[in-house]
Amino acid sequence: MSTTGTKGSATYGGQALMNALEREGVEVVFGLPGGAILPVYDPLIDSSIRHILVRHEQGAGHMAEGYAHATGKPGVAMVTSGPAATNIVTPLCDAYLDSVPMVAITGQVPYAAIGTDAFQECDTTGITMSVTKHNFLVTEAADIPQVIHDAFHLATTGRPGPVLVDIPKDIVDPGNPHSALTDYVPTGHDLPGYTVLPDPDPEGIREAIQMILAAERPVIYAGGGILKARGADALRALAELTDIHVVTTLMCRGGFPDDHPLALGMPGMHGTYSAVTAMQEADLLIAIGARFDDRVTGKLEGFAPHAAVIHIDIDAAELNKVRHANVAIQADARLATEALIEGLTLAGAPESQADRSAWKSRVSGWLEKFPLTYDKHVAGEALKPQHVLETLRDNAPEDTIVCSGVGQHQMWASQFWRFNHPYTWINSGGLGTMGFSIPAAIGAKVGQPDRMVWAIDGDGCFQMTAQELVTATVENIPIKVAILNNSYLGMVRQWQEMFYDERYSEVFLSKNVPDYKMWAEAMGCFALRVDDPDEVEAAVQQANEIDDRPVVIDFRTDAAEKVFPMVPSGASNSEVMVHPSQAAGPA
Amino acid sequence: MSNGNHQLHTLVVRVENKAGVLARVAGLFARRGFNIDSLAVAPVVDESFSRITIVVDVESAPLEQIVKQLHKLVNVLDIVELSPTEAVERELMVITVRSDAIDELKALTQEFHATWLDDRSGQAMISISSFPARVEEFEERLKPYGIVELQRSGKIALHRLPD
Repeated sequence: MSTTGTKGSATYGGQALMNALEREGVEVVFGLPGGAILPVYDPLIDSSIRHILVRHEQGAGHMAEGYAHATGKPGVAMVTSGPAATNIVTPLCDAYLDSVPMVAITGQVPYAAIGTDAFQECDTTGITMSVTKHNFLVTEAADIPQVIHDAFHLATTGRPGPVLVDIPKDIVDPGNPHSALTDYVPTGHDLPGYTVLPDPDPEGIREAIQMILAAERPVIYAGGGILKARGADALRALAELTDIHVVTTLMCRGGFPDDHPLALGMPGMHGTYSAVTAMQEADLLIAIGARFDDRVTGKLEGFAPHAAVIHIDIDAAELNKVRHANVAIQADARLATEALIEGLTLAGAPESQADRSAWKSRVSGWLEKFPLTYDKHVAGEALKPQHVLETLRDNAPEDTIVCSGVGQHQMWASQFWRFNHPYTWINSGGLGTMGFSIPAAIGAKVGQPDRMVWAIDGDGCFQMTAQELVTATVENIPIKVAILNNSYLGMVRQWQEMFYDERYSEVFLSKNVPDYKMWAEAMGCFALRVDDPDEVEAAVQQANEIDDRPVVIDFRTDAAEKVFPMVPSGASNSEVMVHPSQAAGPA
Repeated sequence: MSNGNHQLHTLVVRVENKAGVLARVAGLFARRGFNIDSLAVAPVVDESFSRITIVVDVESAPLEQIVKQLHKLVNVLDIVELSPTEAVERELMVITVRSDAIDELKALTQEFHATWLDDRSGQAMISISSFPARVEEFEERLKPYGIVELQRSGKIALHRLPD
């Protein structure tokens, strides 16, 4: 190791690890102990760090993600070797695809036993190599302080992401001479191949400004990078200065206020008609912290065919990866946005911009003609999931944090909630991990204990990670869970209905099993079941009153409801299907 | 190995000389669907670093994307693309052939400035170190005699000396 700092006292690896985590400002660790990580759990008792004992290691990983999303600080998960390490692979991949800062610490068999197929041995660094920003196998106790310092640096700088540190038992176990070291405070990083980004290239910014001034049909395409860069205020200032409409991707919901007159909502497969169509008709896309994901672009050849592209991303590999950028700027989303604002102001914006009145009136026409809509419920029939979401939304405080699983309920939540503040929407965008919401909501609530946290879940998702409600009860983390329970794997059902001639294959779960109310009560939650549309609001209000334990509401919803708008997989975004009630006369 | 139809580029990648770094590079190529034509790796003078010479096939992905993804590997320090005009390229081949026509083989060895290593039991062993096209040509010329086995090292390359 090349950098060592202030020497401390003689200690052992397990204690040095705790010291290192405390130095990084870690306040909470989500985890579950086991054989190889035992020596680290002993000094944890005397540490200032709060530990949340999960019921399954996947929960620890998603909680760390939820915590990171809600606070901006890196989430930390700590588990043992072998099956515990493999159980955390899904959250690592999830965090990798959504650029979530996270540090996972895994126990490993003693260094001398590695490669012998020892009990609970697996090749953790090998398995996680492709789902982490970087990983480390620590081989010497003396390396622990430096590696932890480097791991947090990697996780939180540049494009954030998950970093895993795999630690053999012998170097943390005080009973083993290999664990002895003199603790120290690292003064720098031992990462010769890792550079933190330069400021935005002024030449690129100048070119971008000229394109923005000249554009007649510009759209700002705001992605998750805006939120990672703490750039929501800058985004709003740019939009207001230039009077340009903004679409916010699934990872950027809350990054621009939905109630703002320039907001077009979410683009992509289930985006609003206005967001999808504005991008299709645009002559300029200003992509900031977005990566032209296939769920946004639809069929690539047909995507935004008339648009020149300004692409700002902190990861150079995203530039020109999917869509050619006329101007590509590798930069932090906030710094680049601020540079654009400064340059545009100097260049006389907004007065010096092209005349966009015709474009603005077209956009207004779309917004007016194609708002999000759904068929209202009929008395005596199942709940409409959209109505449940609107009721939850209208009864929740402005700063409520919403976490979702993956599927129809996720899309409806993204569509029908009004996100007006950054970091109020937490979901699994890139990986699409069913079961994400409950553990993510727990992590978010731990990070923001004074905020209301609603997990919007599907019945399929709930069954994947519900056990973490035991964690929530025991650790006193009072989250609220709304199950939009239609007895189906709803999104798969929707595809089978629309694209497989209504041949439903393995998507029906069960009408009455499990009994979610009893299950939730068994886990220490307050629970309700709601079948009657007239009871939705009272149930939500009752749930919102309870703050001494988790709450679960089983909303029995209409299985025939589909998510609209929809761009069929493989189709061009110009073929967006609106809600049947609007389909008669598109412009 | 190269069949001459693909568009090949030579990348010289300087990496930290640490356990698992080659797996990271190879794994990146595998999971992103980039094709490697050849790969050679060894430590440099400062043994904390290694130099990997990778010949990539840019039919599989644009060179820009391959280079940018490689740069994201934390253990990668720098990447240089070497075009044949600005590089001295060498490849080593050791080859065993049937030695029925031993005089012709020896003449061929001389013509190519190759090295006669051994001959016995009806087989001859020859090595050649030259620029890759020359190695390729030597292999082609030996084929009619019957190749028993061969190993090529993959290309290595350095910048030409400055003028």
